[in-house]
Amino acid sequence: MSFRRQAIWLALPCLLLLFGLFLMPQALMFVASLGRRSVYGGVVHDWSLANYGRALEPLYLRILARSVTLALLTTAACLLVAYPVAFWLGLRAPERWRSLLLVLVILPFWTSFLVRMYAWIFLLRTEGLVNLLLGQLGLGPWPLLYNDFAVLLGQVYGELPFMILPLYASLEKLDRSLLEAAADLGAAPARALWRVTLPLTAPGIVAGCVLVFIPSLGAYLAPDLLGGARTVYIGNLVQSQFAVARDMPFGAALSFLLSLTVLALLFLFRRPLARR
Amino acid sequence: MTPGAVSVQGLRKSYGDTVALEDVSLEVRPGEFLTLLGPSGCGKTTLLRLLAGFEVPDAGAILISGRDVAPLPPYERPVNTVFQHYALFPHRTVGGNVAFGLESKGLPRAEIAARVARALEMVRLPSFGDRRVDQLSGGQKQRVALARAVVMEPEVLLLDEPMAALDLKLRKEMQVEVKNLQERLQITFVFVTHDQDEALIMSDRIAVLSQGRIEQVGTPEELYERPRTRFVADFLAVKNILEATVTGVARGRATLRTASGLTLLAADDGGYREGATVAVGIRPERLSLEAPPGAGGANGLAGTLDDEIYLGDSTEWHVRLDDLRMIVAEDAVKARQRRRGEAVVVAFDPSAVLRLEGRA
Repeated sequence: MSFRRQAIWLALPCLLLLFGLFLMPQALMFVASLGRRSVYGGVVHDWSLANYGRALEPLYLRILARSVTLALLTTAACLLVAYPVAFWLGLRAPERWRSLLLVLVILPFWTSFLVRMYAWIFLLRTEGLVNLLLGQLGLGPWPLLYNDFAVLLGQVYGELPFMILPLYASLEKLDRSLLEAAADLGAAPARALWRVTLPLTAPGIVAGCVLVFIPSLGAYLAPDLLGGARTVYIGNLVQSQFAVARDMPFGAALSFLLSLTVLALLFLFRRPLARR
Repeated sequence: MTPGAVSVQGLRKSYGDTVALEDVSLEVRPGEFLTLLGPSGCGKTTLLRLLAGFEVPDAGAILISGRDVAPLPPYERPVNTVFQHYALFPHRTVGGNVAFGLESKGLPRAEIAARVARALEMVRLPSFGDRRVDQLSGGQKQRVALARAVVMEPEVLLLDEPMAALDLKLRKEMQVEVKNLQERLQITFVFVTHDQDEALIMSDRIAVLSQGRIEQVGTPEELYERPRTRFVADFLAVKNILEATVTGVARGRATLRTASGLTLLAADDGGYREGATVAVGIRPERLSLEAPPGAGGANGLAGTLDDEIYLGDSTEWHVRLDDLRMIVAEDAVKARQRRRGEAVVVAFDPSAVLRLEGRA
């Protein structure tokens, strides 16, 4: 048996999973999105694009735009917070502490995202820990919960590890002698960062941004719990179509459009991603 | 002080419990090609990194062109480095690499372009400015690294085993090229290598390091002709090192007796003391083989030919003298007429015997 054929057998479990859990559901959703809601919340297949027409109405486009904004802000904030952390972890932290510190980065994954969101509620609410401490300083109470700020905070908190890890990977394998060469050639630290470290870790930056941006686009837990469901994002919209409005075809159309948006973005960034 | 002088005084550097450099003092003259020579782990690279500013010394001072550089970070020191594995920026073209330092200085674009072009011409890569770094061969990368450092017009250029990754033929070419470049530019070069041939070919002076200390500093001739310590002799291919007791010193000659009872005469350099135990070294090429009973010179030791090591233009004979072994280099043509097991006399002039310091 040739290596090529062996490789196909090795890839088979993964291909089956992708087919059964990604492609098939997508196809089912697409079929459903072309139908119409029945009286009891089922799907009547009448093969029309009406749901897509509705999804592109200004009301829903505004929600999509708001979601894209949230995802962009989340990605930007994660990048700003994660880069210094990853820089320190990858280039400065003592070697023997590194694996422990990395475990700390992924430690939050051991707790359900839902539970962690509730924890934030306890921290941020008017009688919460943060306002309690602010009160001791004679400040507040500030409205920290149930607003866009809380949503962004929750998102950034949740997605941060997905930014730190790829950044760490690219910073850690960065050839130190290149940084020494930059300093040797008269580049002060800020200049070396800008001219050498950032360009050489660009693949890590792109990977981290994609990993954070995509799930953020469909986020619904943080908006729901920390935003108090006051502002609707595309994730909440989809969820409510399925669970509240019982309009499966419209929910499917929105969801399919979201997938298309993500695919389009991945296509745009395919070159820097492949370079990794 | 003239630009380009380097003065190292009482330098010490340790990593944890490991001492990399201990009380190292060294003066490098302006425009000089000075080589730091030694085996791996001797501290030569540490010394270079201290000059560049990548490491901070535990004690001691470094003066470059008369100025104490201790408070200066690498990017403010008047030195540039050619790194062992070149450390070229992979995200920049050849021209972009050479321009990097000039851009940091904030020079005008036109001047940068002109100086980059001149530097690339100097290393014989004039049309390579737009090439990507990963399209270059090892020798070409070496030249770009050289151009990138030299274009900065440093007062001192530091080179960290720059030839180590090149194959032998290319290495020989680059040695000549770098030496010529240095003579043309008149910049002080501090060059690190573990290759004694390279050091002898290129240097004005050589500092031999061992275990974090400087063993000897001198011109290639001085080191080759008169290695002072046992370590230096061994490192510079003095293949015969014997221990002996001084039995007499008279009229410029010292008489030595080895443990196995061989007697040899050495030219007295004033350092032999009667009754003392000394180590002496003799280069293989200063020994010659004669048919027994020998021609009656000052030194003639009887032995038998043991092993033969063919080196192309010469042959090394291992000669057994009782329980000692001596290595004799002989012209390959002459060597062809000898056979293993043959009885010979190893003859040499007293001036070939070098007194060595250090553990006898």
